[in-house]
This record gives sequence, C-alpha cells and structure tokens, in this order.
Amino acid sequence: MSASVDTHRAILRRHELRWRQQFLRVLVILTAVVGSLAVVGLFDPNRIATGVPAIVNLLPEMFPPDFARWPFWIKPLIDSMAMSIAGTSIAVFFSLLLCFFAARNTSPSPALYVIATAVLNVTRAVPELILGMILVAAVGFGALPGTLALGLHSVGMLGKFYAEAIELCDQEPIEAARSSGASELQVIVHSILPQVFPAMADVTFYRWEYNFRASMVVGAVGAGGIGLEIISALRIMEYQQVSALLLVVLVVVTALDSMSNALRHWMVQ
Amino acid sequence: MKELLSIQRLSVSFEENNFAVRDISFSLQDGEFVVLLGSSGAGKSTLLRSLNGLVQPCSGSIRSRHHGEISASTNRQLRAHRRDTAMVFQQHQLIDRLSVLDNVLMGRLGYHSFLRSLLPLPQSDRQKALSALERVGLIDKALARVKDLSGGQQQRVGIARALVQEPRLILADEPIASLDPESSVQILSLLKDICQRDRIAVLVSLHQVEFARQFADRIIGMAAGRIICDQQSLTLQESEIHALYRHKLEAAVT
Repeated sequence: MSASVDTHRAILRRHELRWRQQFLRVLVILTAVVGSLAVVGLFDPNRIATGVPAIVNLLPEMFPPDFARWPFWIKPLIDSMAMSIAGTSIAVFFSLLLCFFAARNTSPSPALYVIATAVLNVTRAVPELILGMILVAAVGFGALPGTLALGLHSVGMLGKFYAEAIELCDQEPIEAARSSGASELQVIVHSILPQVFPAMADVTFYRWEYNFRASMVVGAVGAGGIGLEIISALRIMEYQQVSALLLVVLVVVTALDSMSNALRHWMVQ
Repeated sequence: MKELLSIQRLSVSFEENNFAVRDISFSLQDGEFVVLLGSSGAGKSTLLRSLNGLVQPCSGSIRSRHHGEISASTNRQLRAHRRDTAMVFQQHQLIDRLSVLDNVLMGRLGYHSFLRSLLPLPQSDRQKALSALERVGLIDKALARVKDLSGGQQQRVGIARALVQEPRLILADEPIASLDPESSVQILSLLKDICQRDRIAVLVSLHQVEFARQFADRIIGMAAGRIICDQQSLTLQESEIHALYRHKLEAAVT
C-alpha cells in the first residue's frame, strides 16, 4: 500500500513540475509581449496623450465620403483585381513545383529540400513593397511589375503552406497506394494531392484575397491598381476621397471573400 | 434495485420521417449490466447519445431519478445529469498529444467552474485520477502521451476518464468495436467489474452476440430503431437473435 502511495506521490510531483514548466514558458512569452509594447511606445503617456486626439480630429475630416471621382476608379480597380488573380496564379504555379521538394516526406533528396526551402524563405523574406519598387525600376510603371511582385512574394508563403500540408497528410493511404505498385509520381498525384487539396485550396483563396489588399500597397509605388489613387488622395490631404476609396475597397474585399468561399465550396465537395 | 433512468416512447430523427430511434421505452436499474445488442445502423449509438443529452429527441421522455426530466431540463440540470452519466466512446475521443493523466482529469471538469478549471485541479481530483488509472492498470503510463498507447490501452484511459466522474451510470458506445478479441475481453471484464464492485450501472452497446451472452445481466435487442426484445440474458432465445439480424438481411436483399 505504501509503495502505491509513493508512486502516486512521485507521479503527482512530476505532473506538477510539468505544469510549472509550462507556466514558466507562458511567463517568458508574456515578458516579451509586455517588453515590446513598452519599446514601441504604447506605455509612453505623452505619445498617447497627443496621438489619440490627433486621430480623433482626423476622423471628422473623412466624412462624408466623397465619391465624385468614381469614373476614374474603375480601371484601377479592374487592374487590382487582375493583378491579384494573375499574381496568385503565378504563385500557385511555382509553389506547386516547389512544395514537393520542400516537404520532407516527398523531397527526392536532402540537398533539394534545403534548396527548395531556401528559395521559399528568400521570396518570403523580401516584402512585396520592396519587390514592387525593384521591379518598377526594372520593367517600368504599371500592373505588370505589381503582379510579379505579388506573385513572387506569395510563392514563399503558399509553397511553405503547401509543403506543410503534404508533411501532415496521412501516411496510411500513401502506403496503400505504394503497396499496389504505384510509382512515386503516381503516389504524389493520386494519394497525396487528393488529401491535401482542401488545405491547398483554403490557403490559395486566402492568399488571393490577401493579394488584392496587397495590390493597394504596391500600387502606391507606381505598380498599378487602386493603391495609386489612395496614395495620391492622401498626399493632397483629400481625406473624404480617402474614406470613399477605403469604403470601395471594403466592399470589394467583402465580395471577394464570399466569392472565394463559394468557389471553394464548389471545388472541394 | 431502484429505477435509475426511465425512458418513455423516445423517438429521435435527424431528417424528416426518417427515425434513427422510434418509440422506445425501457428503464435502467441501479447497478445492472445491460448490453444493447444490434447490427450497425440499428440506432444503438443514437439511443446512447440521447441518454446523455448529446442528441435531442424529437418526442418522448427521459426521466432520471436524481435530475428529473432530461429533455426539459435547465443547463445546470443537464450538466449534473451528464456528470452522473459517463460516456465511453468507440473512438476513445481522447486528446492525443496530452498525457494520460491530463485526459483522465477531463472527467472532473463537470465538478468545477470555468475559472477554477483554468488552474490546476485540486490534489483530491488528481488522487482520484491516479486511483482510476490504477484500477484500469495504467498507473505506469500516467505521464505518457495518449498517442503512444495501443488501442486497448487508449480505451482503458477512456474508462478511467469515465470513472473519475464518479457516475451512477456508464454509457459505453461500441467500446470494443476496433479492438482485438483479447483486449475486448479485458475491456468488458473491466466494465463488468466496475459495475459489480462500485454498483455503477453500465449500458454497453455491442454487435457481438457471444460477448453479450457472456457478460450481460440483461440484453436489449435493437433493430431498425426499435426494441425487438428485452430480457435477462439467460432466457434469450436463438430465434430472437436471428430476428435482430434478419432486419439487416432483408434490407440488404430488397
């Protein structure tokens, strides 16, 4: 009996130790969070005291929204939409090629795995705004450099997510396919792809919506789309136009969101 | 023996005019070991789940001696009834990445408020969890992850989780359907032992006639959502067993 009491006590002690370790980890993260809030000045009373009223003063200047220039917004909006679709497609193409090399379970060799993940990391590391500026310098103003910037930057994120989905897929059906004499390529296409397709569709549609929003950012550096309109209105301090443009973008993003939901539903049964 | 749960004219349907459980009446006594026997699709799971309030019946009543009418109960009453009515699931329904002990402790959630449950549970609860693990023979696995356990061991964790609820009734939904014969006997013996020693009533659904005969005090046979027979297991006739599975055959032929 005393032996069992001892084992119970030992188990409880170890269990408690684990809980404390977890608590300690949370504490470390919390310290980092509070520290960064302090560094960026959120705890600086002077900045807050002057900043908050300034924002409040700006808000009335944005009302009512001024839609007078709407005929000039149609072409840039179409551009932005096209940029997001074209950019995402480019990203999907390259991500699909790279992801099988960047997933541990499908990569043909460790060297190719390292190269593929390095490519994904680099494209993810360079922000689309920087890519946009470089490409505008290279190929000139317009939607083309913007599209390439969106596409290249998206490869990093889409490829990484695709690869992660592949690494997380069930091994059992893969084994079953292999046991039936399927080649490695057949295994990938007929056993892995059907499993990861819903996850891939999810991130792709999310990325499409993200790219539409990002197209405004690259538009600001002259890479096409509705972003240029917004940045121009901001420069000449036409805040009523800015609010009108933001409303238009909000409507489009909302429409895009429901559209991508419908498309996803339609494709993934 | 006193009546623990009384079910009157219970029906459950998930789509219109398609009843998973139709017009079922029976009662469960304190401390009895009842096997719910029937082929898959007979409505056993739906019946068990409705007894715990996981499925809403469309008509009929489920009355508990301790908590009154279940389908018309308040949230608080329903929680109390669920605490008293532990479930063991076919697919174990454990959290793979947590330790065995942490999974068992989930059985104590019904005894604590939300805020209290954010802190480590009291020492007495952890002692209960360890006793339950000792009971199911997994004390040496207490801090192992559930995913490193075999199917039979995982099901025993599920039973330990049910035990720490200190229930009056355990509902076990096909607890051995994905286990080998040896583990199956082990799990059913464990449930039987819990029933006899702790006087906890057990209602377990099975589709194996032999196991039902071997372990049950009483067998309730179900087919196509209805009760076909309900009697002490010793008196169950061969013809009645055939009747249970004939429905399935007829459905397959027509």
